[in-house]
Amino acid sequence: MLRLIRTIQLALKSLLLHKLRSGLTMLGIVFGVFSVIAMLAIGEGASKQAQQQVLSLGATNIIVRSVKPPDDPSSSQNSSSSRFSVLRYGLNRTDFKILSETVPNLTGKGLVPVRELLLEVRCRDRYLNARVVGCTPDYLEMNHLEVDKARFLSDRDGHDMANVVVLASETAETLFPIEDPIGQSIQIGFQAYRVVGVMQARTASAAVGGSLSGQDYNKDVYLPLQTLQARLNTGDVFMKFTSGARSSESVVYNQITLQVDNIENVVRTAEVVRETMKLTHPIKPDYAIVVPLELLRQAEQLRNIFNIVLGSVAGISLLVGGIGIMNIMLATVTERTREIGIRRALGARRRDIIQQFIIETVVLSGTGGLIGMGMGLSTPFVFSLTKQALVYFEVINASAASSEMGKMFLGMEPEIVVLSLPVAFGFSVFTGLVFGVYPAIAAARLDPIEALRHS
Amino acid sequence: MQYSARLFDIRKHYRLGTHEVQALRGVSLDIPQGDFLAIMGQSGSGKSTMLNLLGALDRPTSGQYILGGRDVSEMTDDELSEARNSMIGFVFQSFNLIQQYTVLENIQVPLLYRAGSGSISAKDQKKCLDLADRVGLSDRLDHRPFQLSGGQQQRVAIARALVNDPAIVLADEPTGNLDSATGEEIMRILGELHDEGRTIIMVTHEADVAENANRQIYMKDGLIAGEGLFPGHRAISTSGVR
Repeated sequence: MLRLIRTIQLALKSLLLHKLRSGLTMLGIVFGVFSVIAMLAIGEGASKQAQQQVLSLGATNIIVRSVKPPDDPSSSQNSSSSRFSVLRYGLNRTDFKILSETVPNLTGKGLVPVRELLLEVRCRDRYLNARVVGCTPDYLEMNHLEVDKARFLSDRDGHDMANVVVLASETAETLFPIEDPIGQSIQIGFQAYRVVGVMQARTASAAVGGSLSGQDYNKDVYLPLQTLQARLNTGDVFMKFTSGARSSESVVYNQITLQVDNIENVVRTAEVVRETMKLTHPIKPDYAIVVPLELLRQAEQLRNIFNIVLGSVAGISLLVGGIGIMNIMLATVTERTREIGIRRALGARRRDIIQQFIIETVVLSGTGGLIGMGMGLSTPFVFSLTKQALVYFEVINASAASSEMGKMFLGMEPEIVVLSLPVAFGFSVFTGLVFGVYPAIAAARLDPIEALRHS
Repeated sequence: MQYSARLFDIRKHYRLGTHEVQALRGVSLDIPQGDFLAIMGQSGSGKSTMLNLLGALDRPTSGQYILGGRDVSEMTDDELSEARNSMIGFVFQSFNLIQQYTVLENIQVPLLYRAGSGSISAKDQKKCLDLADRVGLSDRLDHRPFQLSGGQQQRVAIARALVNDPAIVLADEPTGNLDSATGEEIMRILGELHDEGRTIIMVTHEADVAENANRQIYMKDGLIAGEGLFPGHRAISTSGVR
């Protein structure tokens, strides 16, 4: 034991004697270990983020959304020639009725329908294009929204078809930068609505699954579904005028959310919903069913693939580091042939020489591993600095930052996977062992007489 | 009579490509305990091969070499290492110190490879310090070889050779890289060791260095050609050469 400590001390000494060479030799291992830890941390951060986004959709929810069907050429010609045709698609009252009567295992809330319109919202000289959401009071809980000021919509608002709205945080800030929005009125279209509440800011939800684009809840305006149906979506037809063009579409609901009573029933219930929808919409694929729980499973699978890919990349860099070590150690053996000869003459056995060289590589790669670990641990810090720098120097400008990728990047926090530390370190020492063996054997094989004669 | 080393009809053949070199062609020699022997000869005479065999760095092709009562010719590589470590103290022409070690660490190297324990006890430490003191280097213990003069380096090598109390101190041209004054100093130390009863075998081609020994043998063409001082002195006797 004492001998081992002494051998390690001597190994350290001879490595310190050639600081530059030792440093360069270690570099491969340093970056190998660093990349293992950093990549796993980033992977973990990304998957945590994805998971959170999926979970924010509600793990027990099944979301049925209206999807605008792709125009097939014949009908598009039709629609452009007949100026007053109305595009009719998506979820309608029949769907709502059938779903609410057939789907089992739902909670008391049952089905929560939503109709969304993109409209300009005004208040005096201020305006913004907001997502106007017609919803029921249950919308609050289903989307994990929090009230900031006053209240959310009530059942009474819906029943009365009251012209009241609740503003999301960013909407409120844009329209009422200084004054308190509560009690003020805003215009949507040609009608005035009274603000009864303001919501807290909420992170955007996932854009996974294709059919459900990421939702930014912060530019919303909420009003009772009944009010919206009566005032803005009259006769279920919504007309939009944009500079010289006019489009009409007839959609009753954009989305119906079904809340399942138990997480174990989600997959089965989703199957019922699929079958039911298939029956009511036999021709046009004008709806999509999103099951967050399934997305979560997919995200987990994706994460595993991600980790394997990143792990292999990092593994390759460790391998390259190891080959670097072997290379340098072989050169070192040649350079230290004479020293090996001296040691052999003074009584070192072959295995003593092997041991010495292996300990040197292990110390070298172990030190490299420690440095790499230190660098890896600083990943979250460096990552956030990088983000800030990229934003500061406008490499990521405002428009890029608000894109899906930009949001994902800026919202991500790398998270160190604890297991990756011992694994990466152990692997670096192992690399030293494996790639140190050959040079060590080459050193021990030298004939002591030849080695002594070497200059 | 106690012998430190005995050689019986030692032959050593090398293969150089297709051509076989007979470096030693049947050498027999007794080296009594406490002997101070100088091996002389021109290059190619077989004296280097002889030194390698005596130092247990190599095994003879045939013949027997008994070192401290054990037959070297039958030893495995590990046993040869152990024999070198415990029974031979090497002093080389070019000093052969380990460059990255200090004086003290260089003296300690043979202790690292001792059979049994490679750890250095307080007693070992004291011994190393005594040896350094003995060769006059106690004020340079933490110096590196490149900070020392040739004579100082050779004195470190002598201290290192003595650390395991070997049966034989084997010196290969110990003064070859030194000026004459320093050379004499080294020879004086070797003389002292001899006076203490140690066996010293020295290879040299300088007659005045060989003169310090109490016995000289002259090698030629892989055989012992005679005993005595050469070329200044002719062979006086052939006793001790069989």
